Amino acid sequence: MRQGKYPFIIGFLAAPVIIYAVFVIGPYLQAFYIAMTNWRGVSANATFIGFDNFERLFHDDVFWKAVSHHVVLLLALPLITLGIALFLAFLLNVAGGSRGGGMSGIWGSKFYRVVFFFPQVLAVAIVGVLFLQIYRPDGTGVVNSLLGTIGIDPIRWLTITQPWPQFNLAFATILSVMVWQAVGFYVVLFSAGMSSIPAEIYESAALDGCGRFRLFFRITLPLLWDTLQVAWVYLGIAAFDGFVLVQVMSTNEGGPDKATTVLPLEIWQQAFYQSHVGYATAMGVALFFLTLTFAVLALRVSRRERIEF
Amino acid sequence: MSEPSESVPGIADLSRRNMLRGIGLTAMIAVPGAGVLSACATGGGSDNSSGQAPANTGSAANPFGVKEDAPLEVVIFKGGLGDSYATDVHEPAYKKKFPKADVKHVATQKIAQTLQPRFASGDVPDVVANSGSDLMDNSALQTEGQLLDLTPLFDAASIDDPSKKVKDTLVPGAYDAGILAGKPFLLKYVYTAYGLWYDKNLFAKNSWTAPKTFDEFKALCDKMKSAGLVPYGYAGSNASYYQYWMILISAAKIGGNQVLVDVDNLADGVWKSDPVLKSAQAWAEIGKLYMDKSHEGLKHTEVQLQQNQGKVGLYPSGSWLENEQKKDTPSSFEYAMTPTPSVTAADKMPFAAIRAAAGEVYFVSAKGKNTAGGLEYLRIMLSKEGAKGFTEKSGNITVVKGATEGLTLSPGNKSVAAAQVAAGDNVVTDNRLEDWYKELEKELRSQTNALMFGRQSAEQFCENMQKKADATKADSSITKQHRDK
Repeated sequence: MRQGKYPFIIGFLAAPVIIYAVFVIGPYLQAFYIAMTNWRGVSANATFIGFDNFERLFHDDVFWKAVSHHVVLLLALPLITLGIALFLAFLLNVAGGSRGGGMSGIWGSKFYRVVFFFPQVLAVAIVGVLFLQIYRPDGTGVVNSLLGTIGIDPIRWLTITQPWPQFNLAFATILSVMVWQAVGFYVVLFSAGMSSIPAEIYESAALDGCGRFRLFFRITLPLLWDTLQVAWVYLGIAAFDGFVLVQVMSTNEGGPDKATTVLPLEIWQQAFYQSHVGYATAMGVALFFLTLTFAVLALRVSRRERIEF
Repeated sequence: MSEPSESVPGIADLSRRNMLRGIGLTAMIAVPGAGVLSACATGGGSDNSSGQAPANTGSAANPFGVKEDAPLEVVIFKGGLGDSYATDVHEPAYKKKFPKADVKHVATQKIAQTLQPRFASGDVPDVVANSGSDLMDNSALQTEGQLLDLTPLFDAASIDDPSKKVKDTLVPGAYDAGILAGKPFLLKYVYTAYGLWYDKNLFAKNSWTAPKTFDEFKALCDKMKSAGLVPYGYAGSNASYYQYWMILISAAKIGGNQVLVDVDNLADGVWKSDPVLKSAQAWAEIGKLYMDKSHEGLKHTEVQLQQNQGKVGLYPSGSWLENEQKKDTPSSFEYAMTPTPSVTAADKMPFAAIRAAAGEVYFVSAKGKNTAGGLEYLRIMLSKEGAKGFTEKSGNITVVKGATEGLTLSPGNKSVAAAQVAAGDNVVTDNRLEDWYKELEKELRSQTNALMFGRQSAEQFCENMQKKADATKADSSITKQHRDK
């Protein structure tokens, strides 16, 4: 067997590596090339123009607006989502106290666990359309008609650009939908993490008179760190997307006045609406580096010693 | 035009693969391998890019020399006009003429997303109805040699009267509207009139009359407001262009069509000129006093439905509106259109002037497999029979002269016909910037919303638009177009 080892290994590796090269690495490299052309996307003609697209990008107000929205998303989306998800997962798994040799959740936790996962099952576009009706700006919207019953005038959820250009009501409204959609998945993820924490640790802590609050911060959180880190990276990467919800929900495509736009939406518009595929690809390359930088930083910063149990 | 300027390395490298040892080296193969691939997206399609029609080898009955068994692919935008006019009228007529030909019908609401990859790869359909909010950039298509010059079509004999050219069977302006870079590349098929739409019966009941000046307009709006209606509205979410049409129409009425010609030519300072500023001021006042701010978050169908329900008074739109709302219009509701009111007493154009234009683009792909068939298909559309069938199925009038004879027109179309007679030669010209400068158009949508929903003044609107127009003019990557009239 010794003799044919390398041809054997190469034989097995060739197929997956070629598929990966064709469908993943190929398009990536292609994107780097297209980003340096003025390709319009409607014919096979593309002229190489060097870094012109990137220079233009640098002076493009809309691009920086979109980037600033990603920065806000990067901070707000993981913080809010993880906060809510941790809280709910704690309630579902630990907060009910010790029962029959293990920790258990509050009453009805099995039912809630399924319900929380529902948003994850729905297609994002459907969620967008649903919430468009929920946040409808006139009195017939779900939220506004509820507010109406207690005498509050309809709120134009998706068209108010106050208080700040980076973080306004319209953008916050869309963010709320992103959170709503994401929480369920992380509740399940954290539930799985929590159930692998040995019950003895909780029990001994409880015997020592540890309350639920301290239980959470001193026991659950440190032992869940690995899972949390993964979740943080996932959500961070999701914060660089947001295309579907913004496209479906925002007024005038990323409006009003580009107050809700995100990079993928701008890429899509440049590529398919304005036929500047070269420029759109340059944006895509910028987005690629932003995402990559975030992933590396996030893993570096949150690196910690692992607690074995 | 040439193939993209890139080398295609890697083929020689691939044969060396077997000699490589170890996983790390195997991964390196991916790089030159991908070099081969990078030719894919920008490398497809053969270049027959002159945009010329096939040699004319036809007879009187078949002027373009269509091969009778050549398949024809027709892509129709299925929006407000539906697509039954193609499936029930034009395609059967083509099949009748060429029974051996296989006609493939594709209906889509997303033209660009469906077709752009196909144009890039070279597998193009023959006839395309390039319409809707996701249409492809006509000027980019033309620059890239994807559009067939339609001169042979317009010079061919009409199906109804062989002594006339197709060009001469169309209403004035229809042929000119399809010109790009000096040649007719587009067929703009639908005759569309633009103005303010209202419910004739509701107006009659309240003894309201359509306003002739902005002062009358405001007085009427006050009356509507006290009757509990939102006097004026448009949908900011996806149809802000309905409103910028009105702003530009008013500007043309104040200063003459030259204003719009200058706007399209990116003339210096045109957005800050008096007619545009006055028009923006007049409309901003309507926006401030008589619009419902929640409309900025609604889609056009939602606001149109509110009008059908008697909640909105006047709505800016084109003559497709009646057909689009057919299902939701109660029987008591009768659409009527009125021209935009005059802004000043010294307006260059009278109140009765309307913007009427040929719209809805149809083109033949230069690189299609059956270009002659595509031309013939358009000739069938431009026959009286074809045009009549279109009006019956889609509820819209075409650019073919006299094709509505014998048809009973709907109330909305009747009011359009009356407005057309009243306007006579006072026709407000169309905006070419929608076809020519997509980015400028996008900015105009944004700025219009900001103006009408009270986030900026008319002066700021003009300032911002002038800035974008100047930037467009200075941008060498955008092909500039020009119109004389």
